[in-house]
Amino acid sequence: MNTSSNATTTIVRHSGAYALDNYLTAGQGVKSWLLTTDHKRIGILYLWTILVFFLIAAVAAALMRIELLTPAGDLISSETYNKLFTVHGVLMVWFFLIPSIPAVLGNFVIPMMIGARDVAFPRLNLFSWYLFVAAGALALWSLIHGGVDTGWTFYTPYSTTYANSHVISMAAGIFVAGFSSIITGINFIVTIHKMRAPGLRWFRLPLFIWALYATSLILVLATPVLAITLALMSVERLWGVGIFDPKLGGDPILFQHLFWFYSHPAVYIMILPGMGVISELITCFSRKRIFGYAWVGCSSMAIAVLGFIVWGHHMFVSSQSIYAGMIFSLLSFLVAVPSGVKVFNWTATLYKGSITFQTPMLYALGFIGLFTIGGLTGLCVATLAVDVHVHDTYFVIAHFHYIMVGGMVMAFMGGLHYWWPKITGRLYPEFWGKLAAMITFIGFNLTFFPQFLLGYLGMPRRYHAYPPEFQMLNVLSTAGASILGVGYVLPLIYFLWSLKRGRLAGPNPWRATGLEWQTSSPPPVHNFEATPIATASPYLYDAEADRDLHMANA
Amino acid sequence: MDKFRLIPPQASTSAHQIDWLFIALVAIMLFFLISVFFPITWFAIKYRSGSDANRSNPSHGSNLIEISWTTLPIVLSVALFSWGAVAYYHIERPPPNALQVQIVGKQWMWKLQHAEGKREINELHVPLGQPVALTMTSQDVIHSFFVPAFRVKQDVVPGKYTSEWFKATQLGEYHIFCSQYCGTDHSGMIGRVVVMEPVAYQRWLTAGEGGESIVVSGRRLFLDRGCSGCHAVNSKFHTPLLEGLFDKPVPLSSGEIVKADEQYLRDSILLPGKQIAAGYDNIMPSYAGQLSEEEIMQLIAYLKSIGDKTSP
Ligand code: HEC
Ligand SMILES: [Cu+2]
Ligand SMILES: [Cu+2]
Repeated sequence: MNTSSNATTTIVRHSGAYALDNYLTAGQGVKSWLLTTDHKRIGILYLWTILVFFLIAAVAAALMRIELLTPAGDLISSETYNKLFTVHGVLMVWFFLIPSIPAVLGNFVIPMMIGARDVAFPRLNLFSWYLFVAAGALALWSLIHGGVDTGWTFYTPYSTTYANSHVISMAAGIFVAGFSSIITGINFIVTIHKMRAPGLRWFRLPLFIWALYATSLILVLATPVLAITLALMSVERLWGVGIFDPKLGGDPILFQHLFWFYSHPAVYIMILPGMGVISELITCFSRKRIFGYAWVGCSSMAIAVLGFIVWGHHMFVSSQSIYAGMIFSLLSFLVAVPSGVKVFNWTATLYKGSITFQTPMLYALGFIGLFTIGGLTGLCVATLAVDVHVHDTYFVIAHFHYIMVGGMVMAFMGGLHYWWPKITGRLYPEFWGKLAAMITFIGFNLTFFPQFLLGYLGMPRRYHAYPPEFQMLNVLSTAGASILGVGYVLPLIYFLWSLKRGRLAGPNPWRATGLEWQTSSPPPVHNFEATPIATASPYLYDAEADRDLHMANA
Repeated sequence: MDKFRLIPPQASTSAHQIDWLFIALVAIMLFFLISVFFPITWFAIKYRSGSDANRSNPSHGSNLIEISWTTLPIVLSVALFSWGAVAYYHIERPPPNALQVQIVGKQWMWKLQHAEGKREINELHVPLGQPVALTMTSQDVIHSFFVPAFRVKQDVVPGKYTSEWFKATQLGEYHIFCSQYCGTDHSGMIGRVVVMEPVAYQRWLTAGEGGESIVVSGRRLFLDRGCSGCHAVNSKFHTPLLEGLFDKPVPLSSGEIVKADEQYLRDSILLPGKQIAAGYDNIMPSYAGQLSEEEIMQLIAYLKSIGDKTSP
């Protein structure tokens, strides 16, 4: 096997495929998990927690898709339908997507990638998870007591004056989840600044670290605005203080400005980490150094900065000034450029590579395809006159699901498969992995592509019943969703299976070059036996050597 | 069953404009899709592990390449942006000669009134080939008036007037959807636009109870609700005259100068203390809660109608 790729980094090698002394065996019992400060265990705690929320939100989506099989709103009442899309949005955004890659994979691999023993503030890290659980409990409480019907956007004055559902407790849940995000963000920023191994200069950092650094900045800077917005909304709802409701002298559009000032950057919280994962996967599975390292890294920062000044593109028909609309439109086109740069660089990385198509790579390629479609259709909604037509229709739904699900969820699955052997010390069954990746890709497109057509035809979002001419496309979409469901259930099964039965992975099953692969699997409690020293780029892959190896074996 | 379509009926001038723009966008999207998918597929086959393709001298980056694939999208972006912005400017600003229709949205219905007085609910009759401008507000939450066949949409916001316009180019009936989520029966807040021959439209407009025009209703309210008692030459209070006010600049006691547009008139009636005309005392009572959204619109229509007159 290949050892040359590790030549430039000092490493500690473990013999044997499975390290018996590891962070999983270091303590037993529930208490050892609930009181752990080990970033790896906290990552796993997050994994289980977000899995619960993902499943609830997915069931909500499934019920909606079943309802939409027929034009009439016959299966569930419109109240229920409205609560379903609210719970789907709230849970998927704040309780699944935002914590998915950062809090699960980020927690697990950031310290290992930079050669650290843990994050900068391990106890704060555990506290952040408890906050997240408390937030989730509040959200579930609102759900069990009857739910919320405002949509995840909480637009005023509906949410403050007219909705009679559990708006306050749900908002409180999101408020607390926000603090969990902020704390995690601060922890990552400090960790990346202060805990890098000797020799690990900024431009030697893996691109995943760059992406999470940019994400953490957004988490820290934007989330407080969400907290304030929700607090103001609650104050108006609880005590009738006029802020947003014009009947009380308020301005409903102000709410939208505040909400999107957070929520647009939040869109990048939900995609930048995915881009970071893809940068790792593409280079590893094409055995080639990433093309344009500095451009890929800096584009993450550019996205983070530009992402803060485009919020008004959600408000082209809201009655915002048309000149403001023009500026926001222009800026929105510009924010697409750094994303394009990433896609081009990933493509160029494949050139002269030595590409294998293992499961993580299939997810990565799927990501590029779906993210590209999602990003390009973003140009349609950034174009003022076209957005007037497609705004608040299924076109927008399709667009952002291509980014959030086709992008972020594909990247999360890719990353989870990639680091699973590191996390558990075992491999999942490759055949089933590939199959699930392909099923997901097909199911996804069948679910969401018809929604672009529906949107241009004019079907508004959040419709419980619709005119009969939209039925065929809705049926296709629901059929796709059931395939997509299979694509998500399969990994759940084989991951669980692999915990006991999976083949032992060994320290580095992918022959990857990052520091996290240079310690045993599962890693010891303090990650490394001796502090590693970085002397070069994290991506010392050599496709030519790889070819020669193959030729020699043939 | 309706025949299967990829785009909704093109029944207005904007529809053609926007569809062309959309087709251009689709072409550019395809261009980028191909320029990403084609190389990926090609590299994935040629450089698959185990193939003996030449991999010597791999490149790990080139600023020239990076700059070119940064600049090309920027140039295309600016072009698309400009096209979109010009079309938007056109869609957002009603022509002056448009027929006027007033719309009030409420959970979950549309109440409409034509300038000539005719009222409708969840239906909008319009003549072919004439621009129609909608002035809209909501009496509760935010709604949005969306006619896919015309490719126009505008949020209908409480406390505010928004407008939307179109020129129908094809006879027929088309959907009206509320596209901003507004609560329980949001998906039931739908209706239809009926595009008629101008003659038929005139006949429809004058048929039935007919009633008085919006301006006449406004004038009646102006007299009945006591406005005329104060706002008159011989008033016992020191008050501004409202003839010739509309669309003119008004100096305020705060020193600001604002334009007397519909929003200003509305605020003057509902929140008289918010902006006080310079040289007057804030003695005008607030009419908030005493006038319906329709009545306020009628009053404003009346004030607009006397907006061109000079004060007697
Ligand atoms: C008690 C007397 C009084 C009554 C009744 C009254 N107004 Fe006024 N109105 C005033 C005074 C005084 C001002 C100037 C101070 C201010 O701007 O508030 C004014 C200002 C206005 C203005 C702004 C004029 C400008 O030059 O800027 C408008 C428009 C207006 N009134 C409309 C109405 C309408 C419509 C009604 C009936 C629904 C009405 N008013 C009833 C006394 C009155
Ligand atoms: Cu946005
Ligand atoms: Cu609605």
